[in-house]
Amino acid sequence: MKNKALNTVLNGILRENPVFALVLGMCPTLATTTSAINGMSMGLATTFVLICSNVVISLLKNLIPDKVRIPAFIVVIATFVTMVQLLIQAYVPAVYDKLGLFIPLIVVNCIVLGRAEAFAAKNTVGLSALDGLGMGLGFSLALTLIGAVRELLGTGSLFGMNLYSETYGMLIFVLAPGAFIVLGYLMALVQKLLKK
Amino acid sequence: MAKLQSSFKNMLLSLTLIALVAAAALAGVYTLTEDPISNASAKKQKEAKEKVLPKVEGMTFADAEKVYIVKKSDTVSTIILHKAYVGEEWIGTAVEASTEGNQNMPFGGTFRLMVGFNNVGDVVRYVVLEQAETPGLGALMSTWFCNPDKPKSNILGKNPATTNFSVSKDGGDVDAITASTITSRAFLEVVVRAYNAIAQQPMLIEKVEVEPAEVFVCPNGNDPLECAGRGCAEQYCLKQKGGQQ
Amino acid sequence: MVYFLIFISAIFVNNIVLSQFLGICPFLGVSKKINTALGMGAAVLFVMTLATLVTYLLQQLLNTWNLGFLQTILFILVIAALVQMIEIILKKISPSLYQALGVFLPLITTNCCLLGVAIMVASGTYKLPMGAEPGLLTGMLFAIATAIGFALALVLFAGMREQLALAKVPKALQGTPIALLTAGLLAMAFMGFSGVV
Repeated sequence: MKNKALNTVLNGILRENPVFALVLGMCPTLATTTSAINGMSMGLATTFVLICSNVVISLLKNLIPDKVRIPAFIVVIATFVTMVQLLIQAYVPAVYDKLGLFIPLIVVNCIVLGRAEAFAAKNTVGLSALDGLGMGLGFSLALTLIGAVRELLGTGSLFGMNLYSETYGMLIFVLAPGAFIVLGYLMALVQKLLKK
Repeated sequence: MAKLQSSFKNMLLSLTLIALVAAAALAGVYTLTEDPISNASAKKQKEAKEKVLPKVEGMTFADAEKVYIVKKSDTVSTIILHKAYVGEEWIGTAVEASTEGNQNMPFGGTFRLMVGFNNVGDVVRYVVLEQAETPGLGALMSTWFCNPDKPKSNILGKNPATTNFSVSKDGGDVDAITASTITSRAFLEVVVRAYNAIAQQPMLIEKVEVEPAEVFVCPNGNDPLECAGRGCAEQYCLKQKGGQQ
Repeated sequence: MVYFLIFISAIFVNNIVLSQFLGICPFLGVSKKINTALGMGAAVLFVMTLATLVTYLLQQLLNTWNLGFLQTILFILVIAALVQMIEIILKKISPSLYQALGVFLPLITTNCCLLGVAIMVASGTYKLPMGAEPGLLTGMLFAIATAIGFALALVLFAGMREQLALAKVPKALQGTPIALLTAGLLAMAFMGFSGVV
C-alpha cells in the first residue's frame, strides 16, 4: 500500500511527467516560463488546482451520472481555478501581475481535466490526492527547469540573482521563439536519458 | 454506494447541486478576499509613490491632484499627481499616467506607470503599475529603461525638456526595447505626458532649493547625472543646477 | 483602415500561437497534415466568432450585477455548451459541413485560445493597433482575425511537418522535440513582423 502511494507520486514526477512525457499543458509551459520564478509560481498554482479537483471529483464520483461528467468536472475545476485566482490576487499581487491571463486558463489545461477523467474518477480519495500532488510537482519541476534555462540564457540571472552581465544575455530566449527551442531541446534530452 | 444512473432527473439534480455549491464556495472566497485585494492595490500604490522619488527622511505627500487629458471634449485619460514635500519644501512629484488616449498604443492593451520627477523635472525612477503584455516581453519594460549599463536606453536622471524622449528609430535619444519598438514608443509617450502634466504646474518654474545636507555626494567625479543614472540602486543624488557639490 | 490594421496585427504581428502562446495543444496535435490543419482552423474560426459574441454580451451582464468573479466558470461552460450545440445543429442542417468539422469540435472545448480570446475581449485587454477602441465591433473583428491567424500558423506548420516527415532526424529529437524546434524557427520568422503596425 505504501509502495503504491509512493509509486503514484513518483509516476507523475518522472515516468509520466506531464510536460516531458505526456506533452500536456503546453500553453502555460511556453508562455509563463520567462524566468524560473514565474515558471515555479505557475506550476504551484496548477498543483493546487490539481490536488483539490482530484480530491473533490474522487469524492463525488458516484454522485455524478456518466453522461454529464465532463460539465460537472469542468465546474469543479473552474471553481478551484477562480479561488486560486482570487487568492493570488489578494495575497501575492506581484505574481498575479506576471501570470495574468494564464491563471484563468488553468481551466483548459489538459492535465487537470485529463487527470480527473483518467485517475480521480476511478480511484480512492487518498490516491487521487497523491496523483494530483505527483502530477503537479512534475509539472512545477518542468516549468521551473525551463524557466531557469531561459532566464539564464536570456538575461544572465537565475532566480533573480545576477550570474553574468545582462549585456551578454541572448534576449531571444526570453521571447517567444526561445520558449519553443528550449523546450524542444530539453525534451530531446529527457527522451534520450529515459530511453537508456 | 452505487453509481447514479444517467436518468434526466439525476443529471439535472447532480449538475444543479454542483453548480450551486460551486457558486456558494466562490462567493465565500470572494467576500473573504475582497478586502485584501483592494488593500493590496492600495499598498502597492503607496509603495510605488515612495519608490519613484528620492529617498529622503520625513517625506509627506499632498493630496493627489488630477490632470485630465481631453480630446474632442471627451476625457480620454486621467493623470494623477502626488506631490512630495519635506516639511514645506516641494522635492518632487510622483505621477501616475497610463496609455489611455495615447498616440502610440501598445499592443498589450493599456498599461499604467508611476513616474517620479524631482523638482527640476529629471526622471528619478519609474514603476510599472499595471500591464497586460505577454509575460516576459512587457515585463522587460520595468528593467529596460533604468539599466545603468546601457546609457542609451536609460532614462533615469534625464529631463524630458533637454532629452528627446522618443525611440532612436524615430530620431529620439532613447534606444527601444529589442523587438518591442511599439511598446517602447508607448512607454516613452506616457513618460513625456506625465512630465507635461507637472510642467504645467507653476511650481516647476521656480526651482526649490534643497538643503545641501540632503544632497548625496557622488563618490567619484562631480557629475551628479552619473550617480542619478545608477537609478535601480537605492542611492540617489539631486541635481543642482549650476551649483557646486 | 483601423479595421484592416486589426487584421494585420492579430494575424501576423501578434499571432495567437506563435507570440501569445495560446492554442499550442492543437498546434502540436493536429498539424501533421495540411488537410486536418485546415479543418481545425475552420472549426476554430466558426466557434471563436460565436463564443466571443456570446461571452462579450454575458460579461456586460456580469458587470452590471458585479459578479466578475464568476467570469471563468461561466465562460468555460458557455463555450462547452456552445460547442455541443453547434455539433448538434450542424449534424441536422449541414451533414457535409459536419463531416468536415465534426471531428474537431469536441477538441475545441479544451483549446485555450477560445477561452483566452473570450476573456481578453470581454475585459478589453487585447492588443489593438493605435486608434482602435475596445468594444463589440473591434472585439468581434479581433476574434475573427485571431482565428485566421491560428489557422495560418497551423497550416504553415503542417506544411513544414509534412516535409519534416521525409527528413532524417536524430533519434532523440524525433517526434515532439523536432516539431518544437521547427515551431521556434517559425516564431522567429513571425518576429520579423513586429513593429509593422
